[in-house]
Amino acid sequence: MNFLYAAYTATWLIHITYAVTLVRRYQRLRKEIEELKLNR
Amino acid sequence: MKRAFPILAVLTGILLSYALYEALVVAPTEQTMGNVQRIFYYHVPSAWTAFLLFFINFIASVAYLIRRNPVADAVAVVTAEVGVVFCTVVLVTGPLWARPVWGIWWTWDIRLTSTLVLWLIYVAYLMLRRFSTSGQTPVLAAALAVFGALDVPLVYFSIWIFRTQHPQPVIGGGGSIDPRMLHVLLVNWLAFLCLAALLCWSRYRLERLQREVEEAQALESIAAPGGSR
Repeated sequence: MNFLYAAYTATWLIHITYAVTLVRRYQRLRKEIEELKLNR
Repeated sequence: MKRAFPILAVLTGILLSYALYEALVVAPTEQTMGNVQRIFYYHVPSAWTAFLLFFINFIASVAYLIRRNPVADAVAVVTAEVGVVFCTVVLVTGPLWARPVWGIWWTWDIRLTSTLVLWLIYVAYLMLRRFSTSGQTPVLAAALAVFGALDVPLVYFSIWIFRTQHPQPVIGGGGSIDPRMLHVLLVNWLAFLCLAALLCWSRYRLERLQREVEEAQALESIAAPGGSR
């Protein structure tokens, strides 16, 4: 059972980590857009 | 269109929860392997989803090479990145199944090795996209993706062509599967397809935004005093 739980947990960790990186990249881009607007 | 994204997100959440319940509770326990066989419900749909994404990447890359269409290029980047995520799941869950069943984490079998090579090709593709500063990067990446896609049929058909330790395919091959297990497998695949669609959609929005920012930065650097020479 431990291997089963490890596999399912690893799957979710991989997907959640990727989703978090997407959100962070999106926030960074939003910040860059705001800076670009301020510079104009 | 603005409503479609949250609807897809909610639908994916419900489907994934239902698929998890089906995999852990509803699916019958396999007689020889026991509960560890349930890894199959995450491992196989992840592999199929990765193959599908790499196939879309191949189509988009060919389209980009022919027409130089930036949308095709963006689709290629998005599907390669999300495909690598799903392929990573395959490479992690595979050894977690192999250890209790085979007694080893890994063997240099044709199916396993070609899957690892596939993952490495697309990681190389993403690194090329990320670190190359050449104006020809999209063309080079598209060419690499076309060659990378050749590995997908090798991975898929390797268990038909070569003698391998990997189990035979349950659909269209020499293996067979309990109809209840097949149902759970397909429910999980549908859930993972929805998750892939959601991730691709988010990543595509990010890619478009990134390109807009890069364009704005380029324009700003030209407009700045002494910027254009």
